[in-house]
Amino acid sequence: MSLGSHLLQADQLDATSILELLDLAESFADVERRTMPKVPALKGKVVATLFFEDSTRTRLSFETAAKRLSADVLSLAVGSSSVKKGESLRDTVETIEAMGIDAIVIRHRSSGAAHQVARWAKRAKVINAGDGWHEHPTQALLDLLTVRQRIAEQRGLTPQELGVSCFEGLRVGIIGDIRHSRVARSSVSCYRSLGAEVTVVAPGSLLPPGIEDWGVKISHDLDAVIPSLDVIALLRLQSERGSGTYLPSLREYSRDFSLSAVRETQLGALAMITHPGPMMRGVEIASSVADLDRTLQLRQVSNGVATRMAVLFSLLGQGPLDSGMEQ
Amino acid sequence: MAQASSPTMLRGGTVVNDQGQARADVMIADGLIVDVGPSLEVPTSATVIDASDTLIFPGLVDLHTHLREPGREEAETVESGARAAALGGYTAVVAMPNTEPCTDSPEVVRLVLSLAKDAVCDVAVAGAITIERAGELLSPMAEMASLGVSLFTDDGSGVQDGGVMRRALQYAHGLGLTLAQHCEDQAIVNGGCMHEGMYSGRLGLPGIPASAEEAMLARDLLLVAETGASMHFLHLSTARSVAMVAQAKKAGLPVTCEVAPHHLVLTDQACCGYDPIFKVNPPLRSADDVAGLRKAVLSGAVEAIATDHAPHPPQAKDLPFDEASPGMLGLETALSLIAGVVVHEGKGSWSDVVRLLSTNPAKIAKLRASDPRLGGQSAQGGSVSPGEVANLCVFDPQATWTASSADSASRSANLPYEGWPLQGKVRHTLLRGEAVVLDGQAQR
Repeated sequence: MSLGSHLLQADQLDATSILELLDLAESFADVERRTMPKVPALKGKVVATLFFEDSTRTRLSFETAAKRLSADVLSLAVGSSSVKKGESLRDTVETIEAMGIDAIVIRHRSSGAAHQVARWAKRAKVINAGDGWHEHPTQALLDLLTVRQRIAEQRGLTPQELGVSCFEGLRVGIIGDIRHSRVARSSVSCYRSLGAEVTVVAPGSLLPPGIEDWGVKISHDLDAVIPSLDVIALLRLQSERGSGTYLPSLREYSRDFSLSAVRETQLGALAMITHPGPMMRGVEIASSVADLDRTLQLRQVSNGVATRMAVLFSLLGQGPLDSGMEQ
Repeated sequence: MAQASSPTMLRGGTVVNDQGQARADVMIADGLIVDVGPSLEVPTSATVIDASDTLIFPGLVDLHTHLREPGREEAETVESGARAAALGGYTAVVAMPNTEPCTDSPEVVRLVLSLAKDAVCDVAVAGAITIERAGELLSPMAEMASLGVSLFTDDGSGVQDGGVMRRALQYAHGLGLTLAQHCEDQAIVNGGCMHEGMYSGRLGLPGIPASAEEAMLARDLLLVAETGASMHFLHLSTARSVAMVAQAKKAGLPVTCEVAPHHLVLTDQACCGYDPIFKVNPPLRSADDVAGLRKAVLSGAVEAIATDHAPHPPQAKDLPFDEASPGMLGLETALSLIAGVVVHEGKGSWSDVVRLLSTNPAKIAKLRASDPRLGGQSAQGGSVSPGEVANLCVFDPQATWTASSADSASRSANLPYEGWPLQGKVRHTLLRGEAVVLDGQAQR
């Protein structure tokens, strides 16, 4: 399969390509369990990570994924590069592309930055690793991978046997700062492509304009929604939102929107909790809830590498995966 | 100023004024129209310019041009901007004051006027309402007015402080001057960079709500009602804004407004690829707003079309959307686009086009009467009739062409219509009888 030239936003992915990516990620997860977790699939390819925002975990996840596929990794630490000296994003992209790289993984504070980089790149494939409030497609994919694994365990099947039909009618609640969340936009897109029933729960000031056209239910009342959810997807709240600009205080936010221990008891027995991390314990989620078995946050992190291997391989790999796997 | 030494005949066209149109030749001598009529006799000494199958309009007048000089000559100069204007059929433009330094003093007014001395298009200067357009201290409006400045604005941003705006209106009213506002409440904008709506929500770009424009407009309409001063509203972009101005006029307030061509032919959907070429202030709005603006333009509720020609060099646009500079080119494409909106799609008349692009803007900028203080500028926005100054736009409504920044006279290339097939093209532009554009080519 092929994603085309770039992975910029989740609506590039229909149910079929999501299924293919998830299954591919599962086979890479198997690779990871080997004693020598490395395949030569992208040998000779160069992947550059270009992170203009601090995100150690996403960057390391992509770099680990690239290395397990035997690609060479060029990591541009923006803090020490000429970007700090006023070089434009375009010049940076053209410069690193001149070094013969095959893929650019970009994280940037501006929505649409990955689209701009894709416009300027002449041959490199561009992967959006988070652009402003816009999208973070690999995060949404790894959430799906994690949720599917959990459902597979509950039903005693393999994830591959489940396909993506397990997402049809799945009741997913996305809770928190929808307005400023790239994870929310990618997740809504992916879950909806797979037929899930999505409810967003947020205070009015943290809802994006035009959300009524997203094909989701909108609620301001977490308590009313919680009992009906199969998946409760919490979002990270940037603490400055609680300084009185969008929210009167973090305390008031957590009163109404935190997954507290009391609210957790209202969840169904099989319901699961996801969080893209890093978590603010006591704000988005009670510490005791964060440590429950049904809170999948650490599994999401481990699935990040396999998911990104799948995306990198889909964009850069040639021929069937097995040819690389066998060696 | 150069003037035609021998008579010139525009032969074979149809003369369009704000009241109607008629097949007529136009005879020009010493910069003035001397005769208008069907099948005029050609004196042997006359230079004949082919105007067959064309419409002959009074020269167009742009109320809203960013010439960027002084200070940002890489983007545009008075000379290059005036040439783009002439190619677009304009014989006068009003230069916005957000230059570096800002046009907030007689010195900068004199500088811009001197730069425009030999330009292929008349350049009137708009002065700033406040010093450095900072919205705090009143600029020397009377001194600038004595140099011919008739329109004052802090364009690029609005005067945020209602108290400052109120005093500015009182002061300008005493001088008989018109203040023009870029209506945008910065507190409501709050870092927005495109229209707030379905698309901004999906794109994750901070939005500029319609209320950012409408709130300042509402405030200013109240200030006009209270002070009696006259005001012009720049580049209104929402359906509610033009409805508010129409209502205010019905109530007798001395206000006028303009709409930019891009707000009539583009919507916020254009921002979906994050291409900053479509970033402009006020932003491209919703399809409903475009429909509302079009209706207001056709009904006469909007007096003028103004380009808001805003050149930017590539490095100001080759950026992530939120970091790029707002603004787009517009002088060379305005007439074709407006012909489409008003005549071909809107079932309006060519006289409507003349009113929107020439007669009314000239009145608003007070460029109608000859004014010795204007440094040789003369009557703009008149009719194509004997005795008038020969500022003319000769337009071929059937010609088809492809918009291209590479063909533009502007120093910049931020054209949002790249590759658009357009109908109708300026064939000739005459400034005081001199053919500054001939067969679509700038003559100097």
